[in-house]
Amino acid sequence: MERILFFVLAAVALVSGVLLVTRRNPVLSVIYLVVNFFALAGLYLLLSAQFIAAIQIIVYAGAIMVLFLFVIMLLNLGDEEKLAEHVNARRIAGVALAVALGVEIVAVFLVKAGSGLAVKSPAAAAIGTAEGVGRALFTRFLLPFEVTSLLLLAAIVGAILLAKKKMD
Amino acid sequence: MSVTGSDLLGILAVGIVSVTALIAMLAGVFLKNSARLVMWLGLAGMAGAFAAAWGTYPSAGTAFGGMILAGGYASFFGMLILCAGILTFLLASDYLRKEGVEYPEFYVMVLFAVSGMMLMSAAADLIIVFLGLEIMSVSLYVLAGFMRRREKSIEASLKYFLLGAFATGFLLYGIALIYGTMGTTDLAGIALRFASAPPPSLFWVGAGLLLGGFAFKVGAVPFHMWVPDVYEGSPTPVSGIMSTGGKAAAFAAFLLVFVKSLGGGGAKVQTLLAIFAALSMVTGAVIAIAQKNLKRMLAYSSIAHAGYMLTGLAAANQLGESGVLYYLVAYTFMNIGTFGVISLIEQAEEKRLEFSDYAGLGLRQPFLGIVMSIFLFSLAGIPPLAGFFGKYYVFAAAVDAHMTWLAIVGVLASVVSVYYYLRVVVFMYFHEGPEGAEVISVPLLGSVALLLSAAGVVGIGVFPSSILSLTGWFF
Repeated sequence: MERILFFVLAAVALVSGVLLVTRRNPVLSVIYLVVNFFALAGLYLLLSAQFIAAIQIIVYAGAIMVLFLFVIMLLNLGDEEKLAEHVNARRIAGVALAVALGVEIVAVFLVKAGSGLAVKSPAAAAIGTAEGVGRALFTRFLLPFEVTSLLLLAAIVGAILLAKKKMD
Repeated sequence: MSVTGSDLLGILAVGIVSVTALIAMLAGVFLKNSARLVMWLGLAGMAGAFAAAWGTYPSAGTAFGGMILAGGYASFFGMLILCAGILTFLLASDYLRKEGVEYPEFYVMVLFAVSGMMLMSAAADLIIVFLGLEIMSVSLYVLAGFMRRREKSIEASLKYFLLGAFATGFLLYGIALIYGTMGTTDLAGIALRFASAPPPSLFWVGAGLLLGGFAFKVGAVPFHMWVPDVYEGSPTPVSGIMSTGGKAAAFAAFLLVFVKSLGGGGAKVQTLLAIFAALSMVTGAVIAIAQKNLKRMLAYSSIAHAGYMLTGLAAANQLGESGVLYYLVAYTFMNIGTFGVISLIEQAEEKRLEFSDYAGLGLRQPFLGIVMSIFLFSLAGIPPLAGFFGKYYVFAAAVDAHMTWLAIVGVLASVVSVYYYLRVVVFMYFHEGPEGAEVISVPLLGSVALLLSAAGVVGIGVFPSSILSLTGWFF
């Protein structure tokens, strides 16, 4: 059952990911992104990471997507010509290199997957809960947790600085 | 786990910088025309943090349950990055006024960047590497675009942001794969597992992605495409700290992960690093010849210098490691100094940035001519200045590690580099300046910064053991 669910969710995530980058209409892209996010949340659930799954839906599928839609609305990307891609040698080389890297990584996964990936440990269920995540954040990962606030603050100040109309 | 006094003492230096950044931010919000005040506040904070780093230097260990390094290595890089920050502050205030953008936020962002760099260079866990890197990068993206009316500044910011975000993605995916295969993000834990059994091949995919991320941040070929445009477009003091503090922090984390934790990573990684090093040295040196704009020339030269430092990493022996640390100190002083002189001579609207603008400068303005010559001679690697010993150590390390070919490439690249560094000196002393050329008044703070940098370049060049005795026991 778990295995079937995994393949279904993985297929949905992959297909929506491909559709996301191939659609001409930006709104359609965003919708496929939402589908992708939901599939990912399902995969997290299969890994017993309930907290991450919930956060994935609340933050990404919720807040971030609304932001995306607003930006698309404000930019008014009705003219699809603007988004049209031009094919040139540099772009072809870039795509070729990206495909090569992707194939390499997939090959490593296929050939060596068994030796490297740890099987899901029984402890995973305890770590994935909100309680488990909270406990980890405030004990072992206390410093990274606090430092993240510094990162967010720097990002907020920086964003305001660049977007502000007039400096005084 | 409860936080103890020794934990707080361990992050004292970076804590002081972060708290100063917060106070400076609030002062900038609530007080009018507070740019000067914020600058002095930041200088005082960084001086205090320097004292804290110096004081905790003898007590090397970790804090917060093995999350972050304290004392020793962390203090060394803390002091180096704080030097870069202090010099940047001194040079920036007059530059910003000249360009009409003297706002307190500039100093706040530099303080954020400095605290990110310090965190990154003290990381004992891959999560801290990532967070430090992001704090530094986000602040630098903003600082690159600080002159919002200048098209090139915005272009620099956007390019740096898009490519940097991509590189961060690589780095993070690498960290995820390493965590997946090793079961921990703790560098000491990774080192234990790496030493006990050969890691699975997925680990190497992760390590490769991590390597790409680091190579991007230090600006090494083939991840160097952003360097020229970003250094040229950013405000000049920002290019200075980007190329020195940013590079020092990235190399510090690079060393922690690949040398301290993975013991050089084995022959394959060393060969890869050697190829990166050789490509960087050659590409940087050759393209720099064709540049007319001094900032762009220095950008290509910084790619070449990243190559020299990677040579020490590729050698992965004790001489190479202390050589890289020495090189970073030398490079910080000479490069901030060079960008400092450029920022003083530069005029609003990106004027006076070309070689020809330096004609006759040495005779017209003896002080600027002499310090600029010191920095350029040091960058070219002429003894007894600091740049010479830096190159000497990393090349000697390469020979020791049976990479003689790499040392030969390095020496050839530095011979080529003499041409474009000394070309500036030739323009300054052997070309007639235009009739009635304006004499630039050198501001007090700026000249203090230039004097300090020049003293650093000469001082650690004449007494290289002063740095080596500080770093000798790290590896």
